Amino acid sequence: MSADLIASSATKARQLTDAEIKEIEHEMELYPDKQAVGLEALKIVQKHQGWVSDESMQAISKYLEIPVADLESVATFFNLVYRQPVGKKVILFCNSVSCWIMGCDDMRAHINEKLGVDFGGTTEDGDFTFLPVPCLGDCDRAPVMMVGDDLHRNLTAEKIDQIFTDYRSKE
Amino acid sequence: MESKPLTKNIDMSRPPLDIAAYEANEGYQSIKAIAAGLSPEDVLQLVKDSGLKGRGGAGFPTGLKWSFVPQGENSPKQKYFVVNADEMEPGTFKDRLLMEGDPHLMLEGMIIGSYTIQASTAYIFLRGEYKASEYALKKAISEAYDKGYLGKNILGTGFDLDIILHTSAGRYICGEETALLNALEGKRANPRAKPPFPQVSGLWGKPTIVNNVETVCNLPGILSYGVDWYHGLTKGNDHGTKLFGISGRVKTPGCWELPLGVTIREVIEQYGGGMQDGYELRAFLPGGGSTDFMLPEHLDLQFDYDEVAKVGSRLATGTMILLDDKTCPVGMIGNLMKFFAHESCGFCTPCRDGLPWVDEIFNEFETGRGTEKDLQILHEHVDYLGPGRTFCALAPGATAPLGSGLKIFAEDFDRHIKEKCCPYKH
Repeated sequence: MSADLIASSATKARQLTDAEIKEIEHEMELYPDKQAVGLEALKIVQKHQGWVSDESMQAISKYLEIPVADLESVATFFNLVYRQPVGKKVILFCNSVSCWIMGCDDMRAHINEKLGVDFGGTTEDGDFTFLPVPCLGDCDRAPVMMVGDDLHRNLTAEKIDQIFTDYRSKE
Repeated sequence: MESKPLTKNIDMSRPPLDIAAYEANEGYQSIKAIAAGLSPEDVLQLVKDSGLKGRGGAGFPTGLKWSFVPQGENSPKQKYFVVNADEMEPGTFKDRLLMEGDPHLMLEGMIIGSYTIQASTAYIFLRGEYKASEYALKKAISEAYDKGYLGKNILGTGFDLDIILHTSAGRYICGEETALLNALEGKRANPRAKPPFPQVSGLWGKPTIVNNVETVCNLPGILSYGVDWYHGLTKGNDHGTKLFGISGRVKTPGCWELPLGVTIREVIEQYGGGMQDGYELRAFLPGGGSTDFMLPEHLDLQFDYDEVAKVGSRLATGTMILLDDKTCPVGMIGNLMKFFAHESCGFCTPCRDGLPWVDEIFNEFETGRGTEKDLQILHEHVDYLGPGRTFCALAPGATAPLGSGLKIFAEDFDRHIKEKCCPYKH
C-alpha cells in the first residue's frame, strides 16, 4: 500500500491530447473559474482514456493549476469518475428499491454467472465492468441497467443473454 | 383549454417535437407575452398567485422562493437560475419523461424563471446517466438559440440569457440544492450551512434559484393561459397538475399527468391497472424512497400535499412505490437503507456512521441473525438520524420509511428474529 502511494505520488504528468485540451478550453468559457472546470476535465479525460490515471490527474492539475489533492477529493467523491481502469463498456446495474421489488437480485446473479464477475469486477477479456448504480429513474420498466450509454429495460435472464451476445458480436 | 400542460406534446413512440412543431402547438407563447410587456414583477405576481409549489419533493411555494432574490440597484448584478435535473430519488422517474419527451417546455420555463429573477446565466444540472435527456436538451438548446429565444436581447426585450447544460458525475446528495451548487462549482458535493440561503448567496456567492424540472415545466402554462385556468386544473386544494407514477407489481406501471387531488385509488386502479394477478397491495411509499409508508386504508385520500401530510407522509415526488404481499417489507426497507448509507456524503457523523450501522443490522435480519437488541437499535436510530440531528435532510429522509416501517411491519421484524430467516421467498 505505502509503496504504491509513494510510486503514485512520484508519477509524472502525461501530455494531454489536443482533443482533450480543446474540450477543456471549451468548458472554460462556460464557468467563471477553473475549479469548476476541474470536474469537467476529469470527465473529458475519462471520455478519451476510459479512466482517470494518476498521470492524467497530474496533467489536469498542471493544466488548470488546481492542486492534485483538490482534484482527487472531487474524483473520489463522484461515482462516475473511474480512478481504476474499466472495461470497454461499463454496466451500471440499478439495485435500488423498485428494481429490487421486481427481482433485480436474480438478474444480478445471472450476470455474475454469465460474465464471471460481480459488482466491482471487470471481465477477463476486458469487455465489461459490472457496477451497481442508484435508481436509474426508469422504475416503471424495472429491472433496468445501462451498458455504456444504452439503457436496457424490463430485464429477464434471456434478455440479458441477448444483450451481451449483441455487444460482443458488434466488436 | 389545455388540461395536460406538462405532457401535451409528449409521445414517447416518436422523438420530441422540434422547435417549429413546439411553437405550432402554442410553444414559447409566454416568451412572446414577456416581449409584449410583462415585467419581471408581473411574472412573479402571476407565479405567486398560481400557488405553484416545488415539485422536487419539499413542496415549497415557488413564487415565494423567487421573491427572496434581492433585486434593485444594490443587489449583485450576476444572478443564476439552476434547474435541478439530478433525478435520483429511489422510485422516481418523472423528470426523465419531461426532458426526453418535451425538452423545449423546460427551456421555456427556464427563460421565464431567469427573466423573473433577472439571471443572465442558467445551468441545467443533469444526471450523468440521463443520456437521452442530454441529447434531447442539447438539440433543443441549439434550436432555441437559432430562433432567438436564447442569447442576447431575447425577442427585443433587452434581456440576455445563456443556458448551459452541465452533466453530473453521480451521487444522490447532489439533488440537495446546496450540495448541487458545490458540485457545479467543481467541489465535493457536501451540503452547505443554511443560512445564507441560495436565493441570497448561492452559486459562486451570487443570488441563485434552484428549481426542479417539473416545477419549471409548470411555468409556461401559467403565463400562457393564466392563473384562473391553472386553478381550474385541480380537484383539491393544491393547484395545477402533477406527474404521478407507479412502480412495483401493478399491471401497467407508468407515469401520468393528473390533476392534484385525484384519489390514490384512481391512480393505482385506473391508471396502474390494479395489482398483478396473485398480488395484494400491502403498503406503499407515496413519493419516492424518503417518504413514510402509507396503507391500503389511505387509498381514498386525495393525492396532494396537504392530504398526504395529514396521515404523516409526504407527496414528495408523487411517484409511488408499491409493496405487495409476496415481497418482504424488511428486505424492502433494508434495500432503502443500503441506498441511503451508500449515498451519505460523509460530512456529518450521525449520517456517515449511523446509516451504515442501520444497513448492517438489516443484513443481520436478512440472514436470520437479527435480535431483539438489534430491533431496539433500529428504533433508536429513527430518533438519532431524524430531523434536526443531522446537517441535511438525507438521513431524516431515510428515517421516514424506517420509522413508519418499524411500526407497520413489527410482526415481520419479529418473524425474522423468531424464525431465524427471512420468511419470504424473495
